[in-house]
Amino acid sequence: MALIELRDVTKTYKRDAIEIPVLDRVSIDVPEGEYLGLMGPSGSGKSTLLNLLAGIDRPTRGSIRVGDTETSSLSERALAGWRARNVGFIFQLYNLIPVLTAFENVELPLLLTNLSKTQRRDHVMTALGIVALSDREKHYPRQLSGGQEQRVAIARAIVTDPRLLLADEPTGDLDAKSAGEVLTLLQRLNKEYKKTIVMVTHDPHAAERATRVLHLEKGTLVEQTPAAVGG
Amino acid sequence: MGLIGSYNLRSMIVRKGTAAMTAGGIAMVVAVFVMTLAIAQGFRATLVASGSPQNSIILRKGATAETVSGLLRSDVPLIETLPQVARGADNRPLASPELVVAIALPRQTDNQNANVPVRGVGPKAFQIRDAMTFVEGRQFAPGTREINVGRLAVGRFKGLGLGSDVKFGNATWTIVGIFTADDAAFESELWGDVDLMMPAFQRIGYQSMTVKLADASMFDSFKAAIESDPRLYLKPSREQDYYAEQSQAMTTVIRVFGTFVTLILSIGAVFGAMNTMYAAVAYRTREIGMLRALGFSRFRIVTAFLAESVALALVGGVLGCILALPVHGLSTGTTNFTSFSEVAFKFRITPALLAGGMLFSAVMGAVGGLLPAIRAARIPVARALREI
Repeated sequence: MALIELRDVTKTYKRDAIEIPVLDRVSIDVPEGEYLGLMGPSGSGKSTLLNLLAGIDRPTRGSIRVGDTETSSLSERALAGWRARNVGFIFQLYNLIPVLTAFENVELPLLLTNLSKTQRRDHVMTALGIVALSDREKHYPRQLSGGQEQRVAIARAIVTDPRLLLADEPTGDLDAKSAGEVLTLLQRLNKEYKKTIVMVTHDPHAAERATRVLHLEKGTLVEQTPAAVGG
Repeated sequence: MGLIGSYNLRSMIVRKGTAAMTAGGIAMVVAVFVMTLAIAQGFRATLVASGSPQNSIILRKGATAETVSGLLRSDVPLIETLPQVARGADNRPLASPELVVAIALPRQTDNQNANVPVRGVGPKAFQIRDAMTFVEGRQFAPGTREINVGRLAVGRFKGLGLGSDVKFGNATWTIVGIFTADDAAFESELWGDVDLMMPAFQRIGYQSMTVKLADASMFDSFKAAIESDPRLYLKPSREQDYYAEQSQAMTTVIRVFGTFVTLILSIGAVFGAMNTMYAAVAYRTREIGMLRALGFSRFRIVTAFLAESVALALVGGVLGCILALPVHGLSTGTTNFTSFSEVAFKFRITPALLAGGMLFSAVMGAVGGLLPAIRAARIPVARALREI
């Protein structure tokens, strides 16, 4: 059984009286352990698709199942709890809180668990160790490079050990070298730590690292690239 | 403090300019609130301090204050001889028939005449009031035109120094002693021999009588004895209750006025807090979106921002209390509505009043922070994450 199952998902936004279709009857299966790349031009609906997978937006029609949970039917409150347990989100602009240290930023999702302070510390240091930033735990985001900031954001995404990682243009704001490091890290998380990853990207080089790439255009799946390089 | 609390606090420090202005606005309101209520507190404390639990004051039935009361000379021995009345070392009853008349004296501050109470008292008056202490001079000698003056009256009116002569009631009176009375209303008065004052003010009777009871618990039987005597048309009260009642009208006016003024001011402060918190929400929209994406519930976002607003207001509350503190103990005066004469009293800031000020600031913070906090929690996550 696939970890993610989207069936005929349609998303329409309303601006005044006008309905703007963003996704039109999209169906996708993502098996556990897959590293899926989502490509497409701006406005094709790929970020919307990612938001629907993350449960931070709701489909107009269709169903979304992740693991055993039909997320499209969960209440707002239940969805927030589900996100905390099951999804790690990596943003293009890192979204680190500037007034918190790297350690504290990574600790944030653990505040929603019942872990003790010592257990939280262990989890945070493990996550920072995976992204090779253990020595930067006390640094504030402004004291880190863009690549390092994104690695802290990845540590934050994996600190609760979720099955699913969702990345929205994770290299979109990085130079080539840092982007390479981040992509290698994501690949490692997929292979070594068996994380299922769905990554939205514009960048063909980034997409090359995925095990499968889907193309979206005007809200529909237009092409499927079977078994890409995969590194 | 938890990490989220620390996040809110640090974010507040980042925007320290606006945060300081908001806290400053709240501080001003709290300072006004505390100072106004310190007036009411001080006024009430002054009048209540005038009463002793062991004393009873006797007025004519139906009279609400000494100034509108009257006692016949013949009433005095009937009361003095009651067994509940305590006796001094000379075995004479500790009772003082009294007369209160207002005279006009110029104030030290503006030279304008104001009413000052002159109290004619019996020889035992100083023994009945335990708190009376002479700071200068001595007690007036009965049968002479000597008088004593309360220390607060000395500071508030001209010409009341030790040894000065004061003219009233077609006679000249010499000040031979200055007394304190634990800041009680008596400290605003001039005291002399009641038997000389009555003819001076052309009175034929007393206005009240104060007695010390042998024991405070004897009040009920003392009251019953007076009320059951058909010759007496009088009503005894516990002295403390009488003075507390005297302060009621004035403290109510001060409290109502003070609350009204601070409420008006607090509307401004609440808008200030609201503005600051709306700005904080707008500035941190993407962070809020990220927290929601991580799984933080709407409720946690509301409580976090509400706590930030309340914390900011509490900083203002502390500042406001500190601003108000220096007025504690400052002396001022006002006309007592029930006696129509000046009562000097001190601003009195109590721990309960400071706690009230802090609570008031917290309420302002909560009211000002609620709408922005709800707004923060209601921003759609996907849209919040797109904010730059």
